[in-house]
Amino acid sequence: MDIINSISTQLISGNDKDVASDTKKALDSGISAETILNDGLIMGMNIIGDRFRDHEVFLPDVLMAAKAMYAGMELIKPILIKSGISSRGKIVIGTIQGDLHDIGKNLVGIMLKGAGYEVIDLGHDVSPEKFVEVAKETGATIIGMSALLTTTMANMKEVVKILKNENLDGKIRTIIGGAPVSDQYASDIGVDKYSFDAGNAVDIVKELMA
Amino acid sequence: MNIRPQVRFLSDQLIEKILDESRDILCKLGTKIHNEGILEMLSGFGAKVDRTTNNVIYTQEIIDKALSTVPSSFKLYDTSGEETHDFCDNNVYFTPGSAALNILDSETGEIRRPGTSDYIKYVKLVSSLDNITSQSTALVPDDIHEKISDSYRLYLSLMYGKKPVVTGTFTVDAFNVMREMQIMVRGDSKNLKEKPLTVFSCCPTSPLKWSDVTSQNVIDCGENRIPIEFIAMPLTGFISPVTITGTLVAHTAETLSGIVISQLANPGAPLLYGGSPAAFDIRYETTPMGAVETQMIDCAYNEIGKYLGIPTQAYISLSDSKRLDAQAGLESAMGATLAVLSGINSISGPGMLDFENCQSLEKLVVDNEICGMTLRMAKGIVPREDFPALPHFQELLKENHLLISDHTRKYLKDEHYFPGKVIDRANLSRWQSEGSLTLKERAKSEVDKHIANYTPTDLPEEVKKGLTGLMITESKKHGMDSLPEQNV
Repeated sequence: MDIINSISTQLISGNDKDVASDTKKALDSGISAETILNDGLIMGMNIIGDRFRDHEVFLPDVLMAAKAMYAGMELIKPILIKSGISSRGKIVIGTIQGDLHDIGKNLVGIMLKGAGYEVIDLGHDVSPEKFVEVAKETGATIIGMSALLTTTMANMKEVVKILKNENLDGKIRTIIGGAPVSDQYASDIGVDKYSFDAGNAVDIVKELMA
Repeated sequence: MNIRPQVRFLSDQLIEKILDESRDILCKLGTKIHNEGILEMLSGFGAKVDRTTNNVIYTQEIIDKALSTVPSSFKLYDTSGEETHDFCDNNVYFTPGSAALNILDSETGEIRRPGTSDYIKYVKLVSSLDNITSQSTALVPDDIHEKISDSYRLYLSLMYGKKPVVTGTFTVDAFNVMREMQIMVRGDSKNLKEKPLTVFSCCPTSPLKWSDVTSQNVIDCGENRIPIEFIAMPLTGFISPVTITGTLVAHTAETLSGIVISQLANPGAPLLYGGSPAAFDIRYETTPMGAVETQMIDCAYNEIGKYLGIPTQAYISLSDSKRLDAQAGLESAMGATLAVLSGINSISGPGMLDFENCQSLEKLVVDNEICGMTLRMAKGIVPREDFPALPHFQELLKENHLLISDHTRKYLKDEHYFPGKVIDRANLSRWQSEGSLTLKERAKSEVDKHIANYTPTDLPEEVKKGLTGLMITESKKHGMDSLPEQNV
């Protein structure tokens, strides 16, 4: 399993090329794609996530690791799909209708992808209907919404209403983030969870999908 | 293209005028020196000495002679002989405020006398604070005989810490013991002369007086090439004129007299042009170190020292508050900022509260971050592959962010100072999720973490045994059969 450890180590160091070549070597030696994903790539991302939380490494280090994660994922994804193993989970994200401020949401996307989740990023100014429609189409189990403006954050509530009307609440969970929203606001509008930053979003997704 | 950010309070003309007036005072009024040997020595160089009053009237010639031999720089080395300080130009180094009689107890909030265990914790903590380059003998333990509390502080500092030590003696006799300890660390006196390990504070008594102990200390240190820092302490409107300019004249006269004693006895002896003057508060009869005027006097005499080509020191970046509160932060930060911008070479102050009377380990951790921020500021604004700017913006528009661009990764840690966890930069929700900790709580937790992670220094065991033997001999002279327990 040295090669699996090497995948983790190279991923933590952000060496995408080495992660790709190690992943290839691991596949060639007969190690399953699922083992590579869980014990190599995700393991590495978990370690760097913890280090990030403890300020031992900084955001660029996490993003470099995420980039290395994609390099490994590229190689194992076709095999995972073929063998019927889905990704770690699917999440639809976007900035809510009326709002063009998407840098925080983009960061959440990178971090979630880095953690091994499949992310469908709808961009900014996304209507509540669109969020639900895409989640249904793709089989995503979480919708993540962001807002920077107090004038747009109210639109997040519409997503919750639609899910309720379609009896999807509980099946498709909701997370919100952004400067004007809070834990309190999330519970006021019936959203499942509030995340205070991109690192925290990964923890919450993990918790909701557990 | 780059400048070292700097503040100035005095014009060259004003500096020259202050120097002229100070020299005039030394040549007309002189200073009292209560030390027979020094009076003899100065008389030999042509000073007019009055044996009945111990007053010395200086001459312009001996002042010039003394100034001509003061080194413009010197270095310090840690216990393993590694260079840590190069006191010259605008190089700045922080050292904790020294010789506090009290400690702010982090558990009880009580201001009390410190013991050996407090001192050891302090040394362990300072060992791991990156922005504080030397230790000072910051506390005076009360579980040792007061006659040897000076050598005992140095003993504990050398046993547990690696960084050079800013210290001083309370008696003439202690000097020999403290010198002996340093020789043990260095191996022999020649090595100690070549690689100084300590700086001794030598304080004239304002106005215009030198005690036997401190003046003798100037001579003893010079003979052994142990660097000293002059700590003149005029107080505005009390024992020096009420104005900043008048107090600068007093400070300059007292410091110049020290330079004369030092350099005539031992030409080339290393020294810092230092001090601890204060803007006397006539309402409380106190000496506020956080007063803006105190800090202005510090920065200004530093300019005079630099004008004379001598490295400088000041007690600045400390607070008069009795608690780790907003006053403690604002006074320390303002002082540290001004000190760094003035290029004061040795900045004494971190950790200190209550007019230099009380050390706080929690404050030391907070001040370490103030030091880090100001040291970053001193590096100024330097273009780092910023030009041409166009490619960076092309990359930004292409990638939507620059978080992992080569430029970011290459310069992130040089360009930005990242403080430790004591400084709160979390958003509200994260802060709440981590326990809504106050500054004091975070500082306490950092102190505990630093002390828990302490690793002993590489000082050889036989040196430690030698130091302990020396200290036991000293303590026996004062009726103590053994040294206090060192369990921390």
